[in-house]
Amino acid sequence: MITVKFFGSIRNWAEEKAIKIDKKNLKFRKLLNLVYDKVDDEFREKIEDDKGIKDFVIISVDGKNLESINNLETELEGDEEIRFAPSVAGGEFSFSERQIKRYSRHIVLSELGGEGQEKLLNSSVLVVGAGALASPVLLYLAAAGVGEIGIVDNDEVELSNLQRQIIHSTEDVGANKTESAKETIEAINQDVEVKTFRKRLEPQNARELIEGWDFVIDGSDNFPTKFLVNDASHLVGVPFSHAGILRFSGLTTTFLPDEGPCYRCLTPQPPSKDSVPSCQEAGVVGAFPGVIGSIQALEAIKHIIGSGDLLVGRALQFDALHMSFDEMKFSRNPDCPVCEGKLQELEEIDYKGSCRVKF
Amino acid sequence: MINKKVDLTGEVCPYTFVKSKLAIEKMKKGEVLEIVLDYKEAVENVPESMENHGHKVEEVEKTGNNKWKVIIKK
Ligand SMILES: [Zn+2]
Repeated sequence: MITVKFFGSIRNWAEEKAIKIDKKNLKFRKLLNLVYDKVDDEFREKIEDDKGIKDFVIISVDGKNLESINNLETELEGDEEIRFAPSVAGGEFSFSERQIKRYSRHIVLSELGGEGQEKLLNSSVLVVGAGALASPVLLYLAAAGVGEIGIVDNDEVELSNLQRQIIHSTEDVGANKTESAKETIEAINQDVEVKTFRKRLEPQNARELIEGWDFVIDGSDNFPTKFLVNDASHLVGVPFSHAGILRFSGLTTTFLPDEGPCYRCLTPQPPSKDSVPSCQEAGVVGAFPGVIGSIQALEAIKHIIGSGDLLVGRALQFDALHMSFDEMKFSRNPDCPVCEGKLQELEEIDYKGSCRVKF
Repeated sequence: MINKKVDLTGEVCPYTFVKSKLAIEKMKKGEVLEIVLDYKEAVENVPESMENHGHKVEEVEKTGNNKWKVIIKK
C-alpha cells in the first residue's frame, strides 16, 4: 500500500490529510495520475502546469526529495510514503481563516508564531499509554494542532479510570482506550490525524512503533514499558519525555538520544519489588498527573517549535502535597549500556514488581 | 519602498494584529510592511504590539473616512 500525505495549503486543496493507493511496481507519473483521480481535477491544476510540477510543491518519497532521485520516472514498489508539502521559503502562510482564529493565541507569541504553528501542524507525536499522564498530553497536543498523534494502549476504559483519565467519559466505559481517546481528540480538533495502536509496547514491536515520530511521550504506568521506551527511542533516535508518578510525588525529564543522558543513566535498574507499594495502596489524585502530563505536552511542543530549554539532563521533581518543585541535574553514566552503544537489541526487562493498578 | 501590503479592512482585534504578524513573519529584516485598517482600536493596538515584537513603526496615517495606514519596518 502506498500512503500519500498532504501538508499545509496542499492539504486544504486535497481536502484530505492522506490517501492510500493499492498498487505495486509503478512509475511516479502513474501514481500522480491515480492521486488526481482520487482527489479532483482542480487539484491537478494547483500542483502542475505545462512545465510540470510547480516549484513550490515539494514531493518526497520515503523522506527523499523527489528531485534528488529520478523525478517522475522513479519506480515505486508499492509500500512507500509520499509527502506533498508546500515549500516553506518565502511567500505566505497557508492557514485557513478558521486556523488563524483557532491558533491565534499561538500566532501572537514571538516564540511560536505562524512559523511554529506550521511546524506543529506538520509534526507527529507518539503517546505511549492513554491513561492519567497521557490524558492531558493528548488533550493539549490535539488543541495545539499537532498534525499527527499516535496512541499506544491495549486497555479498555474502566469506571475507576475516570477519576484521573480525563480524556475518557462515562459513556466510554468498556470501550478501547485508544478509540475513546481518538473520538475525544477528533471532537476537539479536526486538523489532527489520530493513529491508534491497540497493543502493548513490547520488545518485539517497540522499534517499529517508535521509529519515524518527531517526539515520543512516555505516559505508561509500569517500569518495563518505561525502560523499553528509553531503549527503543535511543536505538531509533527519537527524543522523548519521561514521567513517573507515585501518590503525591512525581518526576519528569526529557531525553535527546543524540545529546544527553538517558533513563538508564538516571535509573540503572528497575526498582526492587519492595520499593513499590502494593497495588491497593497505589492511589493518586487526578489533578497531580494532570500537572506532570501538561509539562510533558509542553516539552513536546517546545521541541517541535525549537524554542526554550528542554528538561535535558535535569529531572524535575514535583511534590504535590507540599507543593514544591525541585530540579536534580544528572549526566551520562559511563557504564550505561544504552549511551555506550552496547545495547543492540531490545530485551524483556526482568521486573516482577509491576503493579496491576493502572495509573 | 513598501515590500508588502495587507488590507485588513473589515478585521477587528485581535485578528488585525494576528494577521499583521503573519504577514511580517514572512518578510526579511529591513523590509517594509503597509497595513490598511478600518478598525479604530487597532490603529493604536497594532503599532504598539508591533513595537513590542521588536519592529519599528515608521508611520501611522489617516487616509480617509475611517481608514488608516500603518507602515512597519521589520
Ligand atoms: Zn544512558
